[in-house]
Amino acid sequence: MTTQILIAGFGGQGVLFAGKFLAYKALLENKQLSWLPSYGPEMRGGTANCSVIISDEPVGSPIVSKPDVLIVMNLPSLDKYEDAVVPGGKIFVDSTLIERKVNRTDVEVHYIPATKLANDINAPTLANMIMIGKVIKETGVVPYDNIDKALDKVVSARKAALKEINFKALDTGYNN
Amino acid sequence: MAEKVLMKGNEAIAEAAIRAGCLHYFGYPITPQTELAAYMAKRMPKIEGGVFLQAESEIAAINMVYGVASTGKRVMTSSSSPGVSLKQEGISYIAGADLPALIVNVQRGGPGLGGIQPSQSDYFQATKGGGHGDYHLIVLTPASVQEMADLTGLAFDLADKYRMPAMLLADGTMGQMMEPVELPETAPEMIEKPWAVTGTKMQRKHNIINSLYLVPEELEKTNFERYERYAQVEKNEVRYEEYMMDDAEICVVAFGIAARVSRNAVVEARKQGIKAGLIRPITIWPFPKEAIAKAATHCKEIISVELSMGQMIEDIALASECRVPVTLCNRAGGMIPSPDQVFDSIKKAAGGNK
Amino acid sequence: MAIVFEKPKSLTDAPLHYCPGCTHGIIHRLVAQAIDELGIEGRTIGVAPVGCAVMAYNYFSCDMVEAAHGRAPAVATGLKRSLPENIIFTYQGDGDLASIGMAETVHSATRNENITVIFVNNAIYGMTGGQMAPTSLPGQITQTSPYGRDVKTAGYPIRICELLSTLDGPEYIARVAVNNVKNVNQARKAIKKAFENQVNNKGFSLVEIVSSCPTNWGMTPIDALKWIDENMIPYYPLGVYKDRSAKEGE
Repeated sequence: MTTQILIAGFGGQGVLFAGKFLAYKALLENKQLSWLPSYGPEMRGGTANCSVIISDEPVGSPIVSKPDVLIVMNLPSLDKYEDAVVPGGKIFVDSTLIERKVNRTDVEVHYIPATKLANDINAPTLANMIMIGKVIKETGVVPYDNIDKALDKVVSARKAALKEINFKALDTGYNN
Repeated sequence: MAEKVLMKGNEAIAEAAIRAGCLHYFGYPITPQTELAAYMAKRMPKIEGGVFLQAESEIAAINMVYGVASTGKRVMTSSSSPGVSLKQEGISYIAGADLPALIVNVQRGGPGLGGIQPSQSDYFQATKGGGHGDYHLIVLTPASVQEMADLTGLAFDLADKYRMPAMLLADGTMGQMMEPVELPETAPEMIEKPWAVTGTKMQRKHNIINSLYLVPEELEKTNFERYERYAQVEKNEVRYEEYMMDDAEICVVAFGIAARVSRNAVVEARKQGIKAGLIRPITIWPFPKEAIAKAATHCKEIISVELSMGQMIEDIALASECRVPVTLCNRAGGMIPSPDQVFDSIKKAAGGNK
Repeated sequence: MAIVFEKPKSLTDAPLHYCPGCTHGIIHRLVAQAIDELGIEGRTIGVAPVGCAVMAYNYFSCDMVEAAHGRAPAVATGLKRSLPENIIFTYQGDGDLASIGMAETVHSATRNENITVIFVNNAIYGMTGGQMAPTSLPGQITQTSPYGRDVKTAGYPIRICELLSTLDGPEYIARVAVNNVKNVNQARKAIKKAFENQVNNKGFSLVEIVSSCPTNWGMTPIDALKWIDENMIPYYPLGVYKDRSAKEGE
């Protein structure tokens, strides 16, 4: 079983961080995985994306060109990647920031008002983690148990105080 | 067994180098290898005897490497394509003075300033010399973050063993991606280096680190002797990996990120009943000539998959003695071939009789 | 019979290849003498340049490294960072240090690398047959300035000591000459101090030695020494340009 995930949005939305979190969770589950960011000037405020592959077998190409799971946090990303998703794949849309609906009819679509939910729980920068909570719920790509252990890996000790709010964001997404 | 950790390829090289006993790093900022220098800048000051120095130029950095290598200690520099071009003078001197050192090239698209996206277009530069004069580097090409670490340690060992510079030829993808990696926990055995300059302590004749020989007979002799050593490297140190090659009719040859992509295509081809296989050179100098020659006896076409306008393809053609067609499947300038593109090449090569 | 004069121990027995009347021999001797007097031969490593002194590695009996053109300060940086207890010196000419290797010179100075730089300024590229150097004087005739150095097209000579002494980094910057006994004695002291500073961990010390090249200047050795007095020293005044410890009253 191999799941190819593409996460895309604006720089600053925590797209790379969200991918990293999934990667660490997969590592803790003894899965094979790769995480590949887009890099360069576009990261400074332009669009950012990252490819995450989680598998039971060694990962081939780390580049996700046909995602099984697409997570989009802005309209340009939906426009760019919607058609790339494999038939039967899943698209997760931050419906606070993306007003249009997904055109494809051969995929499963989840609309999550992630940015609004993040504001509701007083964590305006954590729409990314709300999306990830929902993705875990709907795809089962990694189990949700011991999710806090993966947070320990990605949230540095210096910012330990942020762990709780990250956890809350994940939970909000997972139970949405 | 050591715990698996998630690391970027660039960071894995840095940590593996430190664990291999390399306590001297000299570099100059350039994308996409910056994480490597940043890691060194953070770690080296915390290690006894550790040196991180941001040099004034790539040229200065490689000459600092030359200085430390002269003292017999493990030393490295890293850069990306345009910066590695600048280092060529120093690399030629290091090779000419028979010094071990590690040069890392996290390649980006060229020529000129080019771009910052991944590329493999420094293959010629890495394997055919790069600088002036007759010399070679041992060139290792990692295809995973684990190999970024493993081949770093190996590069230092081989460089010491054969008294020659080694290069880790990676690309932007390998440098930027994260994968689980297991790092070595034991320090490698270091070999004696009686040739090193360390001060005579008034106990021996002075050692001289030098590449100047004004008498042509002498210079010729050093060249011949060096190539005897290179022959040993070619005999003992060829490394490659074969995948599905036993009964392959179509042979794909690719290294680094191109090999990762090609593997997907080979899997797809096999699913569709095409007997495709993959040879992944791990050393590109020395080049796995025998594996290619063998493939040429039972494959009807060899496809070179490269992130360049076709450079390795020349070595493949030579190694296969042109017994079968050798074709190119490529992207350039920072683009990466997709598994589909490679699969299409395989399908085309297979023709009607799949 | 009592020995009243002998070759410094830090020089080998190899015959020097320099032209008759060349002052490199004097400077080699002064460097070797300083090493002898400080008793550091066993831990000294020299870096030879590309230029007339390219084969200096055959003449000094300490460990030696031959550097690429202009890169001696970078190589010395590597050596010193690897072996902080050893004494590292470079021996460079004007083309090597002030032209192709200017970046390495300035940056090793500004980092205050604890190394000793012996800079031989004879206002010409000697080894390659007398081309214009960064320190060739205005109007000076060379192979590549056959009508005399025209400052309108070739720019002005570089005064290294003045330039480097604007930096906060270096410890000691001095200019001396070797055209008469008095100046040679001054040079001897400055060179010894430049090594002593390193022994005492004080940092980057550079001694510029105004020197002659009778062959490429097209003069007799005696006339060349006179030319130093009449033309070189007025443009390159001798003296100590920077001495941080003396200034701080140490």
